[in-house]
Order: sequence, then structure tokens, then C-alpha cells
Amino acid sequence: MFQKILIANRGEIACRVIDSCHRLGVASVAVYSDADRAARHVAMADEAVYLGGPAPADSYLQGDRIIEAAKATGAQAIHPGYGFLSENPDFVDAVEAAGLVFIGPSARAIRAMGLKDAAKALMEEAGVPVVPGYHGADQDPAHLAQEAGRIGYPVLIKAVAGGGGKGMRRVDDPGAFADALASAQSEARNAFGNPDVLIEKYILRPRHIEVQVFGDGHRAVHLFERDCSLQRRHQKVIEEAPAPGMTAEMRKVMGAAATRAAEAIGYKGAGTIEFIVDGSGGLRTDGFWFMEMNTRLQVEHPVTEAITGIDLVEWQLRVASGEPLPARQEDLRITGHAFEARLYAEDVPAGFLPATGRLAHLQFPDAARIETGVRQGDAISPWYDPMIAKIVTHGPTRAVALRALESALVDTEVAGSVTNLDFLIALTRHEGFREGEVDTGLIGRDLEALVAAAEADPRVRALAVIGLAGLADPRVKGGATLWQPLRRTIAWEGGEAVLEVLGPGAARVTLDAGSAHEVRWRDGRWWVDETLMRHRIVSHDAGVSVFGGRTVHLVPLDPLARDASAAGDEVTLAPMPGLVKSVHVKAGQAVKAGDRLAVLEAMKMEHSLTAWRDGVVAEVMAAAGDQVEAGAPLIRLEEEEE
Amino acid sequence: MKLRSAALTTSDAFKANREAHLALLATAREAAEAAAAGGGARSMERHVSRGKMPPRERVANLLDPGSPFLEIGAVAAHGMYDGAAPGAGVIAGIGRVHGQDVMVVANDATVKGGTYYPMTVKKHLRAQEIAAECHLPCVYLVDSGGANLPNQDEVFPDRDHFGRIFYNQAQMSAKGIPQVAVVMGSCTAGGAYVPAMSDVTIIVRDQGTIFLAGPPLVKAATGEVVTAEDLGGGDVHTRLSGVADYLAEDDAHALALARRTIGNLNRRMPESVLWQSPEPPAYDPDEILGVVPADLRTPYDIREVIARIVDGSRFDEFKARFGETLVTGFAHVEGCPVGIVANNGVLFSEAAQKGAHFIELCSQRGIPLVFLQNITGFMVGRKYENEGIARHGAKMVTAVATTSVPKITMLVGGSFGAGNYGMAGRAYSPRFLWTWPNSRISVMGGEQAAGVLATVKRDGIERQGGSWSAEEEAEFKRPTIEMFERQSHPLYASARLWDDGIIDPCKSRDVLALSLRASLNAPIAPTRFGVFRM
Repeated sequence: MFQKILIANRGEIACRVIDSCHRLGVASVAVYSDADRAARHVAMADEAVYLGGPAPADSYLQGDRIIEAAKATGAQAIHPGYGFLSENPDFVDAVEAAGLVFIGPSARAIRAMGLKDAAKALMEEAGVPVVPGYHGADQDPAHLAQEAGRIGYPVLIKAVAGGGGKGMRRVDDPGAFADALASAQSEARNAFGNPDVLIEKYILRPRHIEVQVFGDGHRAVHLFERDCSLQRRHQKVIEEAPAPGMTAEMRKVMGAAATRAAEAIGYKGAGTIEFIVDGSGGLRTDGFWFMEMNTRLQVEHPVTEAITGIDLVEWQLRVASGEPLPARQEDLRITGHAFEARLYAEDVPAGFLPATGRLAHLQFPDAARIETGVRQGDAISPWYDPMIAKIVTHGPTRAVALRALESALVDTEVAGSVTNLDFLIALTRHEGFREGEVDTGLIGRDLEALVAAAEADPRVRALAVIGLAGLADPRVKGGATLWQPLRRTIAWEGGEAVLEVLGPGAARVTLDAGSAHEVRWRDGRWWVDETLMRHRIVSHDAGVSVFGGRTVHLVPLDPLARDASAAGDEVTLAPMPGLVKSVHVKAGQAVKAGDRLAVLEAMKMEHSLTAWRDGVVAEVMAAAGDQVEAGAPLIRLEEEEE
Repeated sequence: MKLRSAALTTSDAFKANREAHLALLATAREAAEAAAAGGGARSMERHVSRGKMPPRERVANLLDPGSPFLEIGAVAAHGMYDGAAPGAGVIAGIGRVHGQDVMVVANDATVKGGTYYPMTVKKHLRAQEIAAECHLPCVYLVDSGGANLPNQDEVFPDRDHFGRIFYNQAQMSAKGIPQVAVVMGSCTAGGAYVPAMSDVTIIVRDQGTIFLAGPPLVKAATGEVVTAEDLGGGDVHTRLSGVADYLAEDDAHALALARRTIGNLNRRMPESVLWQSPEPPAYDPDEILGVVPADLRTPYDIREVIARIVDGSRFDEFKARFGETLVTGFAHVEGCPVGIVANNGVLFSEAAQKGAHFIELCSQRGIPLVFLQNITGFMVGRKYENEGIARHGAKMVTAVATTSVPKITMLVGGSFGAGNYGMAGRAYSPRFLWTWPNSRISVMGGEQAAGVLATVKRDGIERQGGSWSAEEEAEFKRPTIEMFERQSHPLYASARLWDDGIIDPCKSRDVLALSLRASLNAPIAPTRFGVFRM
């Protein structure tokens, strides 16, 4: 076993690896960027080495500096975590050239799996089923139609150069193929300048099931499957293990295929074979196909750990230090069921926009396994993935584990940034998901209802008003008057309510247009309109939050701050944190309403900021390349003459 | 120590008492609600349409959320001036700003433009009197046209008239009791001195005005034509004249500035008494309505009331076996130590001596006194006069008059004759005087008064050899009885500010607790009694 390793990562995965290091008595070296000086993973590690600026290219992707740091601190091995350099074969070569151990597969294995088409061919060779399709150069329509017939309908026509659904057509029967092909090709030509298409089998109710494998370079075992079908735009949201509806036979076939795949490339370390599975009408042994292999530890590895009782990071360290596989296939068992939910700083109603902020309040339930890289007071910066935590629960059955997840989410408290917490809670209550009827389209189909079920409840808002008024401690004597209660306004950013204190722990809160709610503290709990609320009112630096589902955050309004907003209408503000990609106007330039002023890039999306009226640019307050926070002023127009 | 109630909450008597009290309470509540409605819906609409906050909401938004509000003179001027001045056109009371007790006096401009009727002046002065005695910072929410001109003779010239308001401001300021004015409307003529005499003044832009003479009077006097805003608006007074110190954008902003001002006062309550952690009474205060007989003439044990007011219903009764018609003893109300003096029948010499003794004890120890007044008077008759009941009564009256500890009086039944004096009636300057809806106050009972007058008349008739039938006597007595009945009614009394307000008996404990806390903002001075007639 190593004496000291360096973790070339940040956030929750760095903390996760350090946890196992602590347990195994292995010294840990963290690395950090400017944005992470005070981060949790730095605080947890035995040593920490500075890398560079906050942008990943200046820090966590600086392979040479990381190797230097390992050598300088006497670390014997480098754990890459996931993301960053974890699947970079050149980095692996460099690590090994420096006489250090890369905790993960060989560069050769990474390269073999890195090129998707080559990987598929390799898998086909090893007898692993791949999605039937045609990727050939012959684009003759008759030939394509023949290939479609061979694959079997329904099929999907996709532009070779494609993306974003353009040049994509689903065809259910041979009669419709010619027309669909023609329109796909023309769309592809227009969009990408390349009319070439490929054809794949269309899978009706696709599920994403992946198998965790582990190899020591010679042999490999599998640690069963995970179901990651609950996705939103290919982002996994909730993962579980084992997969609902999985049969012993199917598991055996898939496991064998995965092991075969790993052994075929002499795989060493933890890896994941992703399969697309036809979920229409139950799982069938002829209904799964290889998608790709991830040659690293996955984000969702804790669910596998929960059902197998194995510490995968421990296995990684043992195998990397030269030990053979710690277990044989027949030693491995599934115990119960596990879920993992990914808690993100993101604005769900605004279309899941990534958010930032300082976590003014952060509290997790004791009853769940929490993997997190942040603590209360830490910031979610715009530089990295805005994940706050992974919440993992385990139970004897799927139903019990899911209830535990729901309960753990309800008991989770995050303030200072908006989060997807309420959306996650709504998912745990989704009828179909509860029944185990999962597929990758579930969230997309029911998105509206799920988002609505996560929206703030006026009764919760009434509790928040109580908190904002400083009356959350019900022992405080409540507003005794001789006759009628006093009517008082409580204002916050974006709203106000009328508060009438009726007695100790009793008040009437009138929201917006006359929706009045009676709030009472009785038997140690809050009741609103005679409904028992499981919620907690929490005051923190950023205001007041009410936790317990359908969360409400209120930021108090400073009644003394009265003149700051005067020029607000004249200024374009950054709608979200991001990188100013380009600025298209100069001071003094005349613009028309709708003209593009600047482009902001945030989370891989480009947002055009346009002029909201005709006018003259008074000031440009940001330059291309600037990283800006949400609400940062970018462009100011000259005041309009009345 | 712990009182044991003998009340049967399921008995018919209990239910009948409760019904009768609820009816009385409803009348009082109706009067209070009418007063709180101010000048009515149309007047309020006009007020709000000018961007002004309703007067009561001004008070509420000045105070901390959840702050108590101990209102003074809620039904002042009830039934007076042909109903033209609900609440006397001013709201007064004690609430908390940043935890600090303050006296708020807020003009209700929906009532005749907030002008001062005689009762308005009396209520304003009473609020200032309480503030001065209790060392409470004063916040004046000013929105008033000044003196009510048709009533100028009863508003302007005398000692306790309009000018006294500013005298009081100066006196309090001199004693270090902060005076803060928020000008949210007019402050004309004499009214201009409320902000001018304040330590700190806030004015609302385009809404508050301060001037000795308004634009019409200026035009009449000098011919100068000027707008109210240019003459004495917020901008002028904070930028040019210096009459006001802070300029607010609107009512809400002005109240926030006033809150900040109070927050920066650097005041602390003196530690005069040893507070205990509060504890609710063992008996439900709501049962008061059932345990107190509806008819004042029905005797009952005052301990039934005490048991529903004091912490844990615990009562350290002093001299329980002597002078039993006066109950005295120590207890706590919301953690505050109090000495309770309560009537349990007519006062005899022993009871008066015991009362004087007990008041001396409380004065020595610095314990606030609570008087539960239900008294028909001192005992009459040869035996009692001869043993010197007037001498013993005088001892009690001397003690009550000269003690320096805060006195809170609650009129829970009758308040007749000299009993009123011995039990800290209005003339004895209790810090607060509250009344129950069933209480009555007059120099003697209506029957007795009519009887005295009838006896004198009968003597005269019979001396001249005439005769007077029982019917004639009854007819003679009727107007007197009716007059006493009307004038001894608590609404009649409270309208004239003979007290600080009618309260719901079930809230007696809350009201006492708030009164005590307000009183204890001032340090307790050592007592120097007058000469006791031994």
C-alpha cells in the first residue's frame, strides 16, 4: 500500500478519496486553484499544493504541475478522481514516465475506449452486443434503405456531423424511409454543410444501465449494475442499484459481457460499461447494447458501494499498489437497494440554469451518506461544476431506500443559492419512479408537473414571513394588544405581506392579493391553516429559509436602502454567472432595440444580450474574457430624454 | 402558598356570570373598534390615496414585529363631540422598538385632520405623563392641523392645554428622556413645535410640512404666495432651515429611520427588581369571567381573581388572619415581583392599618404595588367613627399617596367614595389605571346618593308638616339614580380619561405585566412617607 498519494482533483470526489486515505492510513496531498484556497478538500488533506488560477486550464488540467507537486511532496501515486485529467492517456504516460503510479487504467486502455467507434468494434470482437447500425461511407439511398431493413425498424437516421437533434429522424416503417432520409439529409446539409447520415436502431423506451467492473490487469470482476435512467438532457439526476426489474439471468449475461469487455483490454482499476437497454416490455437478455466505457471511478459509485459493502477507492489503491483483485466474482453479493441524488446549485424554474452563491446555511441529515466538497459558508463558484452534494441512502428494499432518500432530502437544508432540492423531492414522489418504471425520457415527459410540484407553497411562504418577522422562536411573547391586533407590513426582496400577531406563537399572514394564512405553533410544531407542517424556519446571514420541501427563501429588504435602484433600467445585467464571450458595441454607439450588445457564455450555452430599446451606449462595463457574476452590470445606455 | 380555587367551571352560576361578562365585553369591544376605525372608510381612503399609511399601520410598522402595544385611552372621547372624534383623533400607547419600550403618540389625520379637541390634548398629555413617570422615549408621529378652532377655549389657554405638550417635551428632554418626531403630514402653528422641540426630527418628502403659518395665512398677512412644500416641506427643513434632521422618502422609510434613531439611543432598563422566570397561572385566566359575579353587589373571594393573574397562582399572603376584608400579599406577574392589595369587602380600621403596613413593606423593599379595586367604601357607623376609622383610613391614604414604588390600579368592581382614595384611584397617580367592563365608579352608589338627597328632602317636607308618598319619593330619586348609573359606567369614565382604558378581564395578567415592565424603565426612588396619624 502507498504511504502517500496526491489527489489531482477537487470538490466532493477529492474529499471522498481523502476519506478512504484517512481510513487506510495513507497520507494525502491535495492540490488547489485560487478559487479553492479554503476549500474543504484542502482542509481535509494532510498537505496541499497550489496549482494556479481558478480556470481549470490554469490549475486542475496542469498535468506537469501536478506531477511536480507529487514529486515535491513525496507522493507515490496520483488519484485522478473523475473529470479533469482522469481519462487523459497522455497524462497517464507522463505520470508513469515520472516514476509515479497512476491510480487507474493504463494509457492503452483509456485510448482503446476513448474513440467510440473503435471501442464499439473492439467490443463487437469480444462478443459484447453493440447497438445495430450503419456507419458506412456509402450514402446511396437504396443502400441506406437496405441497411435500415437489416438493422430492423424502428430506426433512427442521424447526421454524421450532427448535434442538437438537427438532421435526426425516427422512421417506424420502410415505406416512410425515403422521405425521412431526404429531409434529414437536406437538414444536415443546411445545418452542418455535410449531408451524410448514419443509421441506428431506435430503442423505444431506453434505459441507461451500467455495470461496474474492476480489473487488476489480468482478471476482472463486476460489481453489478446501476440504473441511471433518471436523466435530464443526458445529465444523471438520481441513480440507483440494483436496476429495477433486473432478473438474475439478465444480470448474469450483462455482467459477463462487461467482464469480458474489461478483460479484453486488460483493464486495471475501476471502470464502468454503459449499456443502453430496451425497457419496453421488461428486460430481455437480447435487449441491451454497449454504449461506451468510462475508464474511471463514476460519480454514482456510492450506490454500488452501498449494496456491495465495498470501498471502491480502497480497491483502487490496493490494485494500483500491486495487489491482485481483492475478491472473486463468487464472493460478491448484493445487499438491499441504494439511491443517490445529485444536489446541485441550479435554478430549476429558470430552466435548470447553474447558480452560484455562498452557502449561508448547509445542513445534512445524519441518516444518509453525504458526499460533499463544501461546508456552510463556502461558495459555489462559477468556475466548476455546481454540485453541492450527493445524498446516498440504502435500505433492505427499493421502496424503503426510496423513502429514506425522500426523507433525507426533506431534511436537507441549503441556503445561499437556489438548488434542485425540491425538484429531487418531487422526483422521489413521482408515481412512475416509485413503481420502478424508469427510462431516460421520464423527466422530459413529466418535467412540467415535476417543476410545479417543486414550486413554493404559500403556506411555506407564510412560515417564512414569520421567520422574517423574527417570530420563529415561539417562546417570544406575541404582540399583546388590548383589542384588535396591529397590522404590520413585512417586506422582502420581491414581495411583502401583512402580519398580524394574534398571540404567542399565533399570527395571521396575508400574502399578495388577500390570501390569508393562520400560522400557529402548537405541540412543538408549526401549523398553517390547521395543516401540520414538517418545516423548519431557519435564519441565516442571507435571510430566512423554510426547509422541508417546497423551500422558500426570503431575503430581507433593508428599509433604509432607498435610492440604489434609481438607474436600474438603463443597465444590462448579466442574467447568470458566466464568461463574457464577446462585446459587440462601443461607448457612444447608437443601437436599436433587439441589437446584440454582448454574448455571455455560461455552462456551455451562449446567451445573446440584446438592447431592450433604441438608444446610445453610454458605458461598456465588461470586456470579452471577463468572468462575471449574476447581476453584474455589463452595458449602460444613455438616459432617455423625456 | 399556591392558591386553591373553589370555582366550579361547570356550574350554572359560572356560566351565567360568563354570559353577562361577555355581553359587557362586547359593548366595550364595539367602542374600541369604532375608535380604531378613526374617521371612517372614506376619510381613510383619501388618506391612503395621498400615499400615507393608515395611522394604526404607522404605529405597527414603527414597532418591532410581535411587539405588544399597550394602548392608552383607546375609547377617549367616546360619545363626546357628537361622535366627531373617535379615539380623540390620536393613538397613544407603549410598544417596543428594538426591544426598547417607547411611548408612541400618533395623530389620526382621518379624524378632523388630526386637530386637537380638548380630549385630544388630555390624551396626549396623559401619554406624556406616563412617559415622564416611566422614563419612556417618546415618538410623535405627527399629522395634525393643530388646535381644533371651534374648541379653542378648552384647548389653548389653561395649564393642561396645548402648550403643555411642548413644556413636557422640554422637561422630558431635560431629564434625558428622548423625544423623537416623525413629521408625516401637517404640523401647523403651535403644532410646529412638536418637531421643533424634539431631540431628533424626521420628515417625509412631499408630505410632511412644518410652519408657524400656512400658505393661506402667509398670503393674508404679507401677500407672499408660496407653496406648502416651499414654505416648510421636507426638503426645505432638512436642507435650509435645519428644523428637521432626516429626510424620508415615504412613511415606511420615515418609520425605518425612527427605528434606527431609537436603536441608537444607548439606553438600558435599570435593574430595580429581581425578575424570576415567568410562569403561567395554574388556573386559566379566561375563567375570570365565570368566577367574578356579574352583579357588583354579590360578594366573592378576590383570591379567585389573584389565582388567575399571578405566576403559578402562587401567593404569599401577608397578615391573612387580620383585617380580612383587605387581602395583601406578595406574588409575581410574568416574573416581576409585586405586592398585591385587593379588596374583599368593606374597609374596616384593621384592614386600613394592614394596608398601610403592607404598603410600607413594599416601599421598603422596592416592590411595585398592584391594587385590585372593588370597594364600596370605609365602614360607617358610630362604633367605627368613634374608634377612629378616619384616622386609620388616613394612614392608608398617606401610604398610598407618598410611596415611591410604581402603583398599578385595576378596577375590577366598584370604586366608591373614600375607598377609591385608599386603593390608589386616579387622584393618587398610579402609573396606570385600568378598568374592567363590569366596573362602576362614583362618589357613592346611585341608590345611596338618591337616598341621601331623598332623606334631606323628606326631613324638609315633614318639618313643614307636609307628607311625601313613597311614589313621590321614588319619582324624586329616579333622575339621580339614572344620572349616577350613566356617569359611573366604564365607557363614560374611559371616554373622559379618568382611567387609561377598559380591558378584557381575561387579559388582566398581560396588561399588568406590560404596565409593570413599562414602569420599571424608570428607577425606583426611595420613599419618604408623610406623617402617619397614629
